[in-house]
Amino acid sequence: MRIDDAPMCSFLPLSRTLNGMRVRVDTAKCQGHNRCYALAPELFDVDDYGNAHELNDGVVPAGLEDKARLALANCPEFAISIEE
Amino acid sequence: MTDLYGPVSDWQNDFDHADPKYNENIHEIWTDLLENKKCPVAHTERYGGTWLPLTHEYVHEVAYDTEHFTSRSVVVSRLKPSQMEIPPPPAPIGNAPPITSDPPFHHEARRLLLPAFAPKKIEPWEEEVRQICNELIDKMGDAEFVDAAVQYAQHIPVMVIARMLGLPLEDSDKFRGWVHLVLEAVNEEPETRRKKFEEFDAYLDLHVQNHIENPRDDLISYLLDAEIMGNKLMPEHVRGTIVLLLIAGIDTTWSGIGSSLWHLATNSVDRRRLVENPDLRPTAVEEFLRAYAPVTMARLVKEDYDFHGCPMKAEDWVLLPFPAANRDPNVFEDADKVIIDRAENRHAAFGLGIHRCVGSNLARLEMNVAVDVFLERFPDFELNTSEEVKWSVGQVRGPRSLPVRVLARR
Repeated sequence: MRIDDAPMCSFLPLSRTLNGMRVRVDTAKCQGHNRCYALAPELFDVDDYGNAHELNDGVVPAGLEDKARLALANCPEFAISIEE
Repeated sequence: MTDLYGPVSDWQNDFDHADPKYNENIHEIWTDLLENKKCPVAHTERYGGTWLPLTHEYVHEVAYDTEHFTSRSVVVSRLKPSQMEIPPPPAPIGNAPPITSDPPFHHEARRLLLPAFAPKKIEPWEEEVRQICNELIDKMGDAEFVDAAVQYAQHIPVMVIARMLGLPLEDSDKFRGWVHLVLEAVNEEPETRRKKFEEFDAYLDLHVQNHIENPRDDLISYLLDAEIMGNKLMPEHVRGTIVLLLIAGIDTTWSGIGSSLWHLATNSVDRRRLVENPDLRPTAVEEFLRAYAPVTMARLVKEDYDFHGCPMKAEDWVLLPFPAANRDPNVFEDADKVIIDRAENRHAAFGLGIHRCVGSNLARLEMNVAVDVFLERFPDFELNTSEEVKWSVGQVRGPRSLPVRVLARR
């Protein structure tokens, strides 16, 4: 967990933010290939232009870690990162 | 085809991507260049000087470098823009925006098109694509021998993009003729090509005029209504974008569908696996996109530039073979093997960087549905080896004739 995320944690279950996984889309790198949204729509969404962003501030619910890794491993622009 | 350059004997120093042997033997040629000749960038004097980088790293670098490489022309031809009687509009607009545009204009022209091709706009087309595919299969009747390219793959994208643009479906033969003109006939006499391009322009002008008089809910009316920074698009911009959507929307997906079916016709184990396991099909389609990526783009060198020891001259062509990048063993494990359940697949079939294929969501939908319907209707089929598979010529690779024998149907 990064310190600058701390204020946002107050309304999230502690276990999910302290021990959980987070995904990030680097919007400067994303070119709208749409792989993450196709593979893990629980974790990513796309805007009207087809560019991706993470849902729920990137928090990966328990059980969806493999989907997060799959999305990362299929991004042609290397725009997705994971914090564990 | 009139081939003015003659056949190739040296793929390292005198290659020609429009020699029919290139697409027929493409993987052997790349492997020989990279592994035996240790040549990551091939060169030819043909087309007035052309380079062919082959590694993922180099293809990625050129795709991202809009400072040294321009998109003013993305299809290699015998005439450079400066040699043309009527040169294309200069960058940043080019003659088929946004594919022929450079930043910063590119960003605006692309932003205009993106919403029309965003995932949520494309998803609703699925049923219509499925219906088109089923009707094509219905038309084959109970024939044992069919051509999966001629009777199936080639029709699907034409019918979809013609409907989206608002052009008559019965003109699909014309559209395929122009696809051939733009992408395959690059070796022909420039004067002959110019005349055919004029016919293409006249056809589009007619339909643009028709849309001006009778606006409707389609992409041509959308373009006529659109604005960039408060201004309506110039007529050349509207026509150029229609050219782009028509040409890029047809040949590429037709090739992708054809190559996928070619793989399934020649690999019975993979075919059986996908028949039994429909959930695996989308992953397999991504692998077909990686292994048989149809599209090689091109750039022009802006000013003389030393690219990793290659002395590139201003206005030299640089081919961008995303299909070769997709087979780079430094990026893909077992790169030369087709693994239909490949989990990690960062393939670049739709390009890299700011020019990522604007129609990629539509192309994926068409490929997935086309493969799905073909496998559902023909759960068992094989290559009909008594006839020849014919591959396209030039920067878009796929089977133009794919004779198959249907062994089971439903």
